[in-house]
Amino acid sequence: MADTTQTLDCSGLACPMPIVKTRQAMDGLSSGDLLEVISTDRGSCTDIPAWTQSTGHTLQEQREEDGGRYVFLIQKG
Amino acid sequence: MVDDGAGSMSLICWSGDLDKVWPQYILATTGAAYGMDVMMFCTFWGLFPLKRAEVRITGDNWMTKLVGMANNPRLTHLNFAGAGPQMMRQIASAQGVAPPEELMQTAIEMGVRIAPCQMTMDLMGLTYDDLIDGLDQPMGAAAAVAHMKDAEIQLFI
Repeated sequence: MADTTQTLDCSGLACPMPIVKTRQAMDGLSSGDLLEVISTDRGSCTDIPAWTQSTGHTLQEQREEDGGRYVFLIQKG
Repeated sequence: MVDDGAGSMSLICWSGDLDKVWPQYILATTGAAYGMDVMMFCTFWGLFPLKRAEVRITGDNWMTKLVGMANNPRLTHLNFAGAGPQMMRQIASAQGVAPPEELMQTAIEMGVRIAPCQMTMDLMGLTYDDLIDGLDQPMGAAAAVAHMKDAEIQLFI
């Protein structure tokens, strides 16, 4: 089923776990599904765009919220 | 291993120092997250993190007893006779950095191939049963080079 949105909260986890967990969550999704990733690791701001570009997924949205929370919306390729 | 056509990464893990084991497994799990075929060839001191916790290298003469001093991973800098690694672990934990042992298990779960060096095992008197579960079969330098030849990324850490 496409366009399901799942949320993955990686708060408190440092590099490389947000990417590792994103990968693992993505494996359970179908093409077109959306995954929202929440991270408090500043490195995610460069890691997630690099990873999505290289793995054929689409980063639809990236924003910073109060309290050092970074939110990414990724569509599975 | 999921093969996304993402290529392969070959890590020659030579060091058993905590501050090198960490990046070995950070890079391995990250490579696996990219869908890469990741192979780690663990040789010399890099074999020590693969020992089961209860297996100690005790040695039967003064030379192999000295090798047993590597049972506890040190830091390349600020080791402070063993206090440094504990401090580093505490700082890392407070920052949410996964310890090497957790990264190693994650790597295995993600299909990273971790191959112990047969020659080092012989040198240290270790058998395959002395090592943690989930490892590849021991290999030699030629098998490691065969993987490195085809890998887009080769690193010696």
